[in-house]
Amino acid sequence: MSSAFRVVAFTVALFAADLAWASPPDLWVCADGNNLPYSNSQGQGFENRLAEMVAHDLGRNLKYVWWPASPTLAHKIFRRGACDTVMGVPSNGDELVTATQPYYRSSYVFVSRRDRNVGVDSFDDPSLHTLRIGLHVVDDGFTPAAQELALRGITHNIVAYSIFGNLGRQNPSAELIRAVARGDVDVSIAWGPLAGYFAHQSSVPLKLTPICAASLRTALPVEFAISMGVRRGESDLLQQLNSEIAQRRSQIHDLLVSYGVPLLPSDPTPSTCK
Amino acid sequence: MTNWVKRTMFILLSALVLTSLATAQQGTTTSIPGALSSIHLVSPVPDGEWTLPAGDYANTRYSPLDQINTKNVNNLKIIGTMSTGIPHGHEGQPLVVNGTMYVVTPFPNYLIALDLTKPGFPMKWKYEPRPDPRSQGIACCDTVNRGASYGDGKIVYATLDNHIVAVDAKTGIEVWRTLVGDINIGETTTGAPLIVKNVVITGDAGGELGVRGKVVGLDLKTGKELWTAYSTGPDKDVLIGPNFKPFYKKDQGKDLGVSSFPPDGWKLGGGTVWGWISYDPETDLIFYGTGNPGVWNPDLRPGDNKWGITIFARKPETGEAVWAYQIVPHDAWDYDEIMENIPVDMEWQGKMRKLLIHPGRTGFVFVLDRETGELLSAEKFQPVNWAKGYDLKTGLPDVDPAKVTHTNVIARQVCPSSTGAKEFVPSALSPRTGYLYIPAHNTCMDHEGIEANYIAGTPFLGSSTTMYPGPGGYQGELVAWDLATEKQVWGVKDDKFPLYSGVLATGGDLVFYGTMEGWFRAVDAHSGAVLWQMKLGSGIVGDPITFKGADGKQYVAIYSGIGGWMGAAAFPSLSLDDPYAALGITGAMKGIKQYTGPGDMLYVFGL
Repeated sequence: MSSAFRVVAFTVALFAADLAWASPPDLWVCADGNNLPYSNSQGQGFENRLAEMVAHDLGRNLKYVWWPASPTLAHKIFRRGACDTVMGVPSNGDELVTATQPYYRSSYVFVSRRDRNVGVDSFDDPSLHTLRIGLHVVDDGFTPAAQELALRGITHNIVAYSIFGNLGRQNPSAELIRAVARGDVDVSIAWGPLAGYFAHQSSVPLKLTPICAASLRTALPVEFAISMGVRRGESDLLQQLNSEIAQRRSQIHDLLVSYGVPLLPSDPTPSTCK
Repeated sequence: MTNWVKRTMFILLSALVLTSLATAQQGTTTSIPGALSSIHLVSPVPDGEWTLPAGDYANTRYSPLDQINTKNVNNLKIIGTMSTGIPHGHEGQPLVVNGTMYVVTPFPNYLIALDLTKPGFPMKWKYEPRPDPRSQGIACCDTVNRGASYGDGKIVYATLDNHIVAVDAKTGIEVWRTLVGDINIGETTTGAPLIVKNVVITGDAGGELGVRGKVVGLDLKTGKELWTAYSTGPDKDVLIGPNFKPFYKKDQGKDLGVSSFPPDGWKLGGGTVWGWISYDPETDLIFYGTGNPGVWNPDLRPGDNKWGITIFARKPETGEAVWAYQIVPHDAWDYDEIMENIPVDMEWQGKMRKLLIHPGRTGFVFVLDRETGELLSAEKFQPVNWAKGYDLKTGLPDVDPAKVTHTNVIARQVCPSSTGAKEFVPSALSPRTGYLYIPAHNTCMDHEGIEANYIAGTPFLGSSTTMYPGPGGYQGELVAWDLATEKQVWGVKDDKFPLYSGVLATGGDLVFYGTMEGWFRAVDAHSGAVLWQMKLGSGIVGDPITFKGADGKQYVAIYSGIGGWMGAAAFPSLSLDDPYAALGITGAMKGIKQYTGPGDMLYVFGL
């Protein structure tokens, strides 16, 4: 959809809502059209399912604005006022997004083939100096693992995968997990929901091991709480989504488990390394 | 041979080359009244039309036209305007060929032809290339385009989704289109191609997404790809062969584009080429600079990371590399060095030399021997503290370790900021004054703390960067830099915003440029006195040009439409409350919305 069309569509939607005063406005959700397990344009991701649940409970029609992921995705879509909400943002929010209460916590994990017996659960494991390690990279951003590895001088055996991958392929960011199954890397360090979903789908059995937080030398987190996001100042919608998250807590939990998302308790408890 | 004989032969040879080129290129001249004897321009310059992005091959942005001059510029007034209908950053410049002006718009990259022979400059036709709308979401910094080149009856330019299109200049009908990049991997094309002989030369953008930078040469007649030269990877991909002779030891060796990264790091190695390409007919070399190495986080890419932040000299017809000079090994600041490289023959320490001038994002004016790539000088033109200076023997910067940014390490008051002491916006050189007119920035930055982002469903961390005005408190300055003494002669400071407009110098001893607030100015080339200025509808991020109309009169044209990386802060709902928005630049852009808003205008001025 061209940007002009989207803006027009949005305007028309508002206008129509004004006229048809009895029916509530559509719920516009910004989503990535090709990024399972989160969302895709066929509605197969857990964020799609969440969006459907929310729209249903609010009595609003669900409408999507699809956009390929980009570092400035949030800026671009929110700047244009194109949507009311996004289903996944870090719970600390950012300059353009106000975050709801978290609806899940997960962790970065080590992913390896079961048949390889890679027993890594901490960055201090000496085998990390020789294994080929897959990592997601982007722009000036980095996953927490990158810095932990760099601190230990582990850089020459890292294989970098762009978080975006090739947008022409299906679920491009999953390349990091497929690389483990193919044997291109010995271990990947990936965000839990991605790892959990694609490990489950993989024909080669894969193993997930959460990163042992006690081994971290930096103050960088490897566990994150995730929320829904609304535009700044949209306090009515924020409140509605917060009560939705509270009321639907167990359904949301079941949904995430069915997608293989490794869940952490909502209260972070310090773990010890083996 | 005596010096005298050598000198004479040199001049004769140059004249021969220039004459043959001059006949091939319309609306140009090699006669430059009032030029200093110590300076010789290597390319014919525009004195009627404007057929190449910079007007000439050498990126001089000088026109000898002098009808508009220091005496009468106060009478300058608007002759014509046009709205493109696309309120995004209008970077680059129009072309003028054969009584027609050609305007390339931001995405969706229309090409609009205006009839300059009729009052009001009516539209002749509009060509619509219909680029893939997804490219808007992939471009890092607004959906800009930096212009076209004319050759062989065709207007040639890039669309955001990486097509190079050639359009018949008379009819507006597409002659060919060639796909040179892939938006699926984050690649976009925003730079202006340069046509040299029968080759269209263009580079790519998208370094922030880990794209592997490259330059492509296409056949002007058919659009067929003739060569591709990558910025990273093995020598065969970089088109480094037996004739590659870098001056410095640090740049010598086999497959440095692989070995100066961790294994496979070069595949996401950056070094994109989204700035200006220049050509020197004397040495038959093209020159361009590459962007920062990818990915940004420097701790993950130990090594020099070649060939990021490098000036390349190549043969235009084969792409073969002749020399390379890496300005910054192992970039930690995002100092893309894609800025213009200006070949010029000048007296240097008593004798004529073939120089290449590169006013850099790093804050230095680099002077190189363009035949060998030897660094002859690097002097600061704005406050700089990331390096104390350059060692001319090794070609290496003397880096201040306290100003090196590491992830998770706080580095404060690093100058210049990532936007540089100068952006891609091009300088102009006047052979009448010997001054280089640099549109400069004075911003510094703090790298501190960590913030969580969320990309493609994944929580990422990024170091938060704040940018703010540097020492002196001003943010922009038009700097007149005397190439002979290597010193600033004068400057016109702008307190509010960095300069984000290109510069034009003319035979009327005027220097034209614009500000992000929207002031379009003419200043005295000798003294810097502001002789004329007018506030345009929107901030200026484009480059002024000058041409002779069908009536024989001189005109000046400029776009007014704020946007681009920094200028996007003026768009309606990008929050300015947070200094980290839009990749950290809004700290430097605070208040922009009080001064200007989006625009989409072409302005033409005359007496």
